[in-house]
Amino acid sequence: MESDLGLWAIPIAMLGGAIRVSTPFLFVSLGEVLTERSGRINLGLEGTLVFGAMSGYAIAYLSGSAWAGVLAAAFAGSLFGLLHGLICSLPRVNDIAIGIAMMLLGMGLAFFFGKPFIQPVAPDLPSIGFGWWSDIPQLEAALRVNVLFLIGAAAAVALWWMFRSTRVGLVIRVVGDSTDAARAMGLRPAVIRTLATAAGGAFAGVGGAYLSLFYPGSWSEGISSGQGLMAVALVIFARWNPIACFWAAILFGAAGALGPALQSVGVSEGYYLFYAAPYVLTLGVLIATSSPNRAMVGAPGELSITK
Amino acid sequence: MTVKGHLEAGALGVETVGMTMRFGAFTALDHVSIGVEPGSFHALLGENGAGKSTLVKCMMGFYHATDGQMMVDGREVAVPDPKAAHALGLGMVYQHFTLVPSLSAAENLVISREDAPRVIDWRREKAALTAFMARMPFAVPLDQPVRALSAGEKQKLEILKQLYLGRRFLILDEPTSVLTPDEADEVLGHVRALCQAGKITVLMITHKFREVTAYADAVSVLRRGKLVGSGKVAALTHADMARMMMGDETLAEPAPRAGAAGAPILSLSGIRARDRSGLKEIAIDRLEVRAGEIVGIAGISGNGQMELMEVLTGQRPVTAGDVRVEGGPYHATREEARVKCVRYLPEEPLHNACAAKMSVTENIGFRSFDVNGSGTRFWLANGAMRRQARDLVAAFKVKTASLDAPMASLSGGNVQRAVLARELTGEVDLLIISNPCFGLDFTAVAEIRARIMAARNAGAAVLLMSEDLDEVVELSDRVLVMSEGRITYECSGAEADAVEIGHHMAGHA
Repeated sequence: MESDLGLWAIPIAMLGGAIRVSTPFLFVSLGEVLTERSGRINLGLEGTLVFGAMSGYAIAYLSGSAWAGVLAAAFAGSLFGLLHGLICSLPRVNDIAIGIAMMLLGMGLAFFFGKPFIQPVAPDLPSIGFGWWSDIPQLEAALRVNVLFLIGAAAAVALWWMFRSTRVGLVIRVVGDSTDAARAMGLRPAVIRTLATAAGGAFAGVGGAYLSLFYPGSWSEGISSGQGLMAVALVIFARWNPIACFWAAILFGAAGALGPALQSVGVSEGYYLFYAAPYVLTLGVLIATSSPNRAMVGAPGELSITK
Repeated sequence: MTVKGHLEAGALGVETVGMTMRFGAFTALDHVSIGVEPGSFHALLGENGAGKSTLVKCMMGFYHATDGQMMVDGREVAVPDPKAAHALGLGMVYQHFTLVPSLSAAENLVISREDAPRVIDWRREKAALTAFMARMPFAVPLDQPVRALSAGEKQKLEILKQLYLGRRFLILDEPTSVLTPDEADEVLGHVRALCQAGKITVLMITHKFREVTAYADAVSVLRRGKLVGSGKVAALTHADMARMMMGDETLAEPAPRAGAAGAPILSLSGIRARDRSGLKEIAIDRLEVRAGEIVGIAGISGNGQMELMEVLTGQRPVTAGDVRVEGGPYHATREEARVKCVRYLPEEPLHNACAAKMSVTENIGFRSFDVNGSGTRFWLANGAMRRQARDLVAAFKVKTASLDAPMASLSGGNVQRAVLARELTGEVDLLIISNPCFGLDFTAVAEIRARIMAARNAGAAVLLMSEDLDEVVELSDRVLVMSEGRITYECSGAEADAVEIGHHMAGHA
């Protein structure tokens, strides 16, 4: 049954878009939270994301299993994170500069190895329809939720719990907040940061696999439109809190879906401007929540751009 | 000298034998042998750079001694790293806090444990911590992030952490430098009681003779890396200890006070400002400093002195009230400071008054680099800047490897001297100072105080904020006490009574 929903089509399309578009944001930002909480910035996650998309797609095509692709993407991502972490552990190395280099390296390698996989079709990741109760097709479509989105939501909760109630979580926070305190405790900050960066890379790799294996669902060189970079801003917006990352990713996803949604109901004037909604939103929220008088609450003390 | 093993209640005996530490050609420690009896409270005296820190760092495994042994519990041990020291039951409370600011006190305690559980059952841990706190002579709030605690509370938490970790030999590195006299007495009294009960042995680095005579059983004195004296505290006088510490060096005498107070230079009225946390308010209804007088503000850190300083230096906006200097409004712009001859020595000058990575010459030139007679200049006069820096470095005895060395490479006392040199050059009508002698040694303290007194005698109005009550009383013509962001007490310097002031500092009005 085809129904005309009028203006209701916009929120429904945005809901669907939010769930579909937010997943890579969610994974990359969770990875970045993990990395930054340990006191290191990884700007290279955009490259990790693209390489994860390529390697996930390639392995899914070669093995015939989408999940094998996801695992391969996570593994590739962790290798990138490990490399970034190891290089940054050297003295007088700046993590921002290395991050940008890693981003370009990741994209370059992905394009190089990805050439033969642009044509073939790899299996898709499964999704679960939560819209069976509704007979509005648009709503049903919007509520087709990919399994990775659910895994990401669970991972957000798990990370939040980890930072609060596990030794690993507290150790990561200690290292991220004060290198001196960590050393006095007998911890080895460089090792912990490197491992956290590797784990963060794995998250970003999975985010990439989602792009190539579900939405948009194929490998091409233009697969990412800067999600990996925006996720870094999103972490600041979410104040380094994994649960807040989840909501921030949803918000970014919804804002990103605003343009296509308006287009679908026939608004054709200036909809390109609405494509900029997530970026305008980021700026607005950051300005509204900033203060000239105090540092950001929740910012790990060891994060620095001049190390 | 042989030190016994340990007491039944747990306190460890520790001994160093011929401990020597060389950094290249420089000998930081030269055959130092000290014995700390189990259950004793042992003080380690010495000037900055005497080797106290090096000695304890060797004991804790941060440094590997070039030569010499260490005996713990009557047996010779090797301490390759701090972890090994911890395993032996040795613990250290550092001068700089090692708590993690964004973690709560409870999280800090649990994570510092060697056997911290993989998954933390907070209900059980909280119950255990509450029970532990109940056994301790003092307590701190467990649920607040450490950054919200006062310095005194942080210091208590540092000591509690060591006890919580089951350490039986504790090294305290100037534990009372951030505490009020009352707080210091409380903390040291409790520590001493723990020693007497035989639970712990304490080795305390300190500058304060009063604490040595009041609490310590034995004392060892280091000078230039050598052990120059030790003995039972009961058998030594302050003069004996000072002689051992200083050798035959003579101290700079504080300049005598001269002249009476003149016209008001600085006046504050109805000042209101938010404090660091943004939750409380700083409220100074009236504060006046006259030419030729030192007004000292005593108080425990965290009672608004830092915020008041920031208001005066223009680092913190006021919500109401005004600051006037020499009768005119003052907003702490560079221009106003120059015209009205206002100079500052804020606390942590490396952070608040210097560009740490710029050179000593450049830092000394900050007040004058762009001044050309009465106008400004575009091109720097590098030669003149260098000459000025060279003269000031010599006059204020700033020890630096070169004039081009980054400011951050200087020791704390030398940064203080360099900033003071800059600020006291030229005409000074108003000098605003905060904790000028924090963490400095004997000689530097006497010298810096003499310079402040000389500025006053030359007719400058001086506002001095200090956590060191002795310093405030020694220097000030008038003493004010700041508590909870307000000025709660005033008396003249001559009639200042430590007990009365201490009570107002602690908020017992």
